[in-house]
Amino acid sequence: MTLITIPEPQRPWETTMKQRASTASILVAAALISWILIEVTGLNGKAGYLTSFFLTSTILIFIQQFRLRDVAAAKDSLLGSFALLGMVITVIPIVSIVSTVVIKGYKGIHFGLFIHDMALNSVNDPINQGGLLHALVGTVIMVGGALIISFPIGALTALYLTEIRGRLSRPIKFLVQAMSGVPSIVAGLFILSSLVYPVTKSLSGLMGSFALSILMIPTIARTAEEMLRLIPHELREAGVALGGTQWRTVAGVILPAAKSGLVTAIILGMARIIGETAPLLLVSGGGDSLNLNPTSGAMGSLPYYIWKAFLTGGTDEAFARAWGGLLVLLAFIFILFGSARFISGRKVN
Amino acid sequence: MTNSNETIEPSPNDKAPEKKMQTQVTPSSLANVAGNRELRVPGTEMLGIGLETRGVHAWFGKKHVLSDVSLDFAAGTVTALIGPSGCGKSTFLRTLNRMHEFIPTAALAGQVLLDGRDIYAPGTDVTKIRLNVGMVFQKPNPFPSMTIGQNVLSGLKLAQIKRGNTDDLLESCLERAGLWSEVKDRLNEHGGALSGGQQQRLCIARSLAVEPQVLLMDEPCSALDPGSTFRIEQTISELAKTMTIVIVTHNMQQAARVSDYTAFFLSDGGPGMMVEVAPTSKIFSSPVDKRTEDYVTGRFG
Repeated sequence: MTLITIPEPQRPWETTMKQRASTASILVAAALISWILIEVTGLNGKAGYLTSFFLTSTILIFIQQFRLRDVAAAKDSLLGSFALLGMVITVIPIVSIVSTVVIKGYKGIHFGLFIHDMALNSVNDPINQGGLLHALVGTVIMVGGALIISFPIGALTALYLTEIRGRLSRPIKFLVQAMSGVPSIVAGLFILSSLVYPVTKSLSGLMGSFALSILMIPTIARTAEEMLRLIPHELREAGVALGGTQWRTVAGVILPAAKSGLVTAIILGMARIIGETAPLLLVSGGGDSLNLNPTSGAMGSLPYYIWKAFLTGGTDEAFARAWGGLLVLLAFIFILFGSARFISGRKVN
Repeated sequence: MTNSNETIEPSPNDKAPEKKMQTQVTPSSLANVAGNRELRVPGTEMLGIGLETRGVHAWFGKKHVLSDVSLDFAAGTVTALIGPSGCGKSTFLRTLNRMHEFIPTAALAGQVLLDGRDIYAPGTDVTKIRLNVGMVFQKPNPFPSMTIGQNVLSGLKLAQIKRGNTDDLLESCLERAGLWSEVKDRLNEHGGALSGGQQQRLCIARSLAVEPQVLLMDEPCSALDPGSTFRIEQTISELAKTMTIVIVTHNMQQAARVSDYTAFFLSDGGPGMMVEVAPTSKIFSSPVDKRTEDYVTGRFG
C-alpha cells in the first residue's frame, strides 16, 4: 500500500505578500508626494490632493510594472488606473446623494409618520406631528394603477416585437424608444388636455395613474422585449414542432421561461415612475389628507409631499419633513431595485 | 400508404446517373457496419405512415438552397440524410413537418405527401401535421420552466390533447426514449438538471408523447459525447419498430449503424440536391455515383 502525501492546497496565481507590500509602499509614497505638492505648489483642497495623488500613484505604478515586467504590462496598469478612476468618479455622486439623504433624513423619521396624514397640520408644525401616510398610500395606489394599465400594454407590445415580428415592428420599436424620452411634464399635460378637461373635469388618482402609464409603458415594453429576446429560439421551434399554435407556445413555453425577466420589467417600470412629481401636480393635484378612492378627489404622493415641504415651508421642521420624505422614497426605490436584482439573479442559478 | 409501398425500391432515383459504376470499391469498414444490419423491406410490416416528397425545392429569400428532391420514406424504416455542411439536408428535413416556414424569408415548391396527402395543400392544419411528424433538434432544448415530467407531457398541453391516464403515457414515453430508469425518481426536478445526453432523450420522450407516426431528427447527437450517442442510437433502433424515422447526421458511422436507407445530398455551389438514395449497405459498399463514393470513403467533406 503506497502512501500518498496530500500537499497543502495553494493559490500560486494570487498576489504575494511582497507584491502587496511593494504596491502599498507605492501608494504611501504617492500620498506623501502629493502632500508635498500641496504644501509646496499652489495646489490645495481635497480635489487638488486627490488629483495629484491619482497622477503620482499612476506614474509610480507604471514605473513599477515597467521595471518588473515590460511595456505591455505597464500600459495594462495605466488602463487599470484610469478604469479605477472612472469607477470612483461614478460612485462619488451616488454615495454623496445617499449619504446626504440618510444623514439629513433620519431626523425626520418617526413612527407617527406612517400612521398620520397632514390634513390637520402644516409643514411648519413640529416634526413629530402629522405624517406621510397619505403620500405613501397615494404613491402606492397611483403606481399600482399605472402598473395595471401599463403591464398588459407593454408586455403585448414586447410580444408583438419578438414573437409576431410583423411589418410594423420597426416603426413601433422606434416609437417606443422615442416615447421613453418623453418629458414627464408632457405626459401630465397630455392627460390633462385629453381626459381631465374634456371628460372628468376633476383631478383624481386615476388620472395620475394614466399619466404615469405613459411614462411606464415604454420602459416595460423595452425591458420585456429584451427579456423575451433572451429566450432561445430553439424553445419556440420546439413548442411549434410539438403541435402547438403560436399563441399556445407563447403562453405555455415562452412566457413561463421569461417570467423572472417580466418581473424585472415591472420593477424597472415602477422605479422609473415612482419619483415623478410634475405630471402628478397637474392631474392628481396634491392632497394632504388620506384618500383611498382613486376615482375622485386630489391624491397625495411622496414626491408631492417632498416638494411641498421644501417649497412652502421654510422652517427647520419643514426641511426635516422633506428630507424624511426623501429617505422614505429612496428606501422604497432601493427595495424595488433590490428585489429586481434578487429575482433576475435567481434565474441564473 | 399504397403509394409508398409501391415505390419500395429506393431505386437509384430518377435523377441518379444510369451508368453502372460497379467497379471494385474497397469494402470499407462502414460497409461492414451497414451490412450487419438486416435490410428491412418496407411493406412487409405495416408500421406507421410513409412519407414521400415530390420535386421539393426550397428558398431563403432569393437564394435557392434545395433543388428538386423526390424521396420516399417507407413506413417503419430509418432513413439517414448525409452530406457536407450547407447541402440542404437540414432544410429538406424541415420541409417535412412544415418547420421550414418558421423562417420568415422561406419559400418552397413541390409536394410532401403524408399518407398520400399533400401537407402543403391549402386548408391543411399545420399543427396536425406537426403532431403526426415530430421533430428532435440538434441542441437539447427541454423547456426550462417545466419539470422532467411536465416536459414529457408538454406536447399534450400545447396541442390541447386530453388524455385520461397521463402517468402511463409518461412512463411509456420515457421508457421508449431509454430514460425511464434514470429519471423515474426525479420526475419533479427541472429538465436542466439532466446531462446533455439525458436532456436529448427527454426531448425525444417529449416528442413521443403526442404519438407521431414519423420522427424527424436533426443531428440529434452532434452536441453529445460518444456514450450518450450510443444510448440515443439504441433508442432510435427501438423506436424504428413502431415508427418512420428520418435522421440528418454528419457522422457516417452513425448513418451506417442506425439507418436502413441513406440519401446523399450535395451542393456544387448552387442549390443542394439529392445525389443518390439506396439501402445503407449499398451506399457504403457500392454507391452508384462517384461523388457519393468519394464522400463516404472520406475523400472530401
